[in-house]
Amino acid sequence: MLLQQLINGIALGSVYALIALGYTMVYGIIALINFAHGEIFMAGAFVGLIAVTRFHLNIFLAMLAAMAVCTVMGVVIERIAYRPLRRSSRLSALISAIGVSIFLSSLALMLFGADAKPFPDTAFPVRQIHMAGAEISSLQLLIIGVSALLMLGLEFIVRRTKIGKAMRAVSEDYQTAALMGIDVNRVISFTFAIGSALAGAGGVLVGLLFNAVSFNMGLMAGLKAFAAAVLGGIGSIPGAMLGGLFLGVTEVLGVAAGYSSYRDAIAFAILILVLLVKPTGLLGRAIQKKV
Amino acid sequence: MLAVENLHVNYGAIKALQNVSCRVEAGEIVALIGANGAGKTTILNAVSGIVPARSGRISFEGEEITGAPPHEIVRRGISQVPEGRRVFARMSVLENLEMGAYTRSDRQGVKREMERVFALFPRLAERRKQPARTLSGGEQQMLAMGRALMSTPRLLLLDEPSMGLAPMLVEKIFEIVREINGAGTTIMLVEQNASMALAIATRAYVLETGACVLQGKASELAADPQVRSAYLGE
Repeated sequence: MLLQQLINGIALGSVYALIALGYTMVYGIIALINFAHGEIFMAGAFVGLIAVTRFHLNIFLAMLAAMAVCTVMGVVIERIAYRPLRRSSRLSALISAIGVSIFLSSLALMLFGADAKPFPDTAFPVRQIHMAGAEISSLQLLIIGVSALLMLGLEFIVRRTKIGKAMRAVSEDYQTAALMGIDVNRVISFTFAIGSALAGAGGVLVGLLFNAVSFNMGLMAGLKAFAAAVLGGIGSIPGAMLGGLFLGVTEVLGVAAGYSSYRDAIAFAILILVLLVKPTGLLGRAIQKKV
Repeated sequence: MLAVENLHVNYGAIKALQNVSCRVEAGEIVALIGANGAGKTTILNAVSGIVPARSGRISFEGEEITGAPPHEIVRRGISQVPEGRRVFARMSVLENLEMGAYTRSDRQGVKREMERVFALFPRLAERRKQPARTLSGGEQQMLAMGRALMSTPRLLLLDEPSMGLAPMLVEKIFEIVREINGAGTTIMLVEQNASMALAIATRAYVLETGACVLQGKASELAADPQVRSAYLGE
């Protein structure tokens, strides 16, 4: 029973982690809470749905399509809505982000209507697999597998590639990074691209998991993923992964314990509790004031 | 090699530099000395392209670089060791050096340069896997200098390399500055420690509240009674 709930929790938590990574990476690099990130996730779900229903692509190609479209969206949003405000107060960029978020969900409402749309059954055949007294569905396996793969890929980019190292350098000290010859604007675009691609994949996975894609799905998922990022320590990549999993598991355990009507409250209650004890989040660093 | 002409820089309403001109010829060590807030760092940052010039002209090897983005300036052969070292604390020594070589794609050249840096600073070789934050102040200064050398600059801008270091280390750092210069890199040096700076420099400029008030051969400035009383503590 507990094992079963753990599996369910890890599957849900991996998606939270995928979305949380986008929040944490963008925050780490330009100290902006990208409120439009949830809507990029929603757009990813729609692109996946359209790819499957209109273009009859298989789910993996649909996911790639969603990631590609979201990458472009993320880069374009940064370019037109955040970059011109880089030198203004942080509040201006935040308000701009909220504006983009509202714009995108309204646009989706206009284009796709208000009702949630399901993925066709043929999109991904769900089978139950028995193991060690618990059941894991092929869909959960897909979610956990794809998330793990994407996070490993991200870890590789950030630790081993030149652009990934440049991301870390910019997030530590963008001015000195510029002195090294790093084109800071390019690195910021790249960060948005990666974070948005992860959200796009997350959108398709969540669309499959709840079998519903709707214009407002980005709001709650975005808030929870943001909570996961803060829980793990905003700016920390492993923190976002841990925070996402932690949130997913506790949420599922809470529902299993009979508090299903408080499902969404659980995430935020945990967030408040953790921040009371450790204000920097689970893996966050104390912020040092530069002298 | 480098010519700064009639440079004006403002930070908001504050006039940080007013009509400053200076030159650096190939092979020289040129020192900028002056009190805190005189505008020394601002000159370096304007040359590096991280603060915009309000007016005036900066040219390097005969080509104008005023307003060029910082990464373009590094590519042209100018690199900076910023004040306070500013190493990437959470990245390893090796990764810090790799960042210094960010603009280049010739693996062989990067390898050669890294060997040169490790020969110059053997300490860094010993600690290549350590995060930069675990280094001592002197080692961090060496790392910041090694990092700037990784792009094989023709002009190296050094901002307060002696800041916060013990006197013995200061001597060591200045010895290395001389060695780097001897190997063919031109140097522009900002220093509060005027006596050390004048001892190794070819020429120097004295700055006061954003303007250049004196210039000349370092040996002549070191003998100037005005400089001696204002900057050499006599």
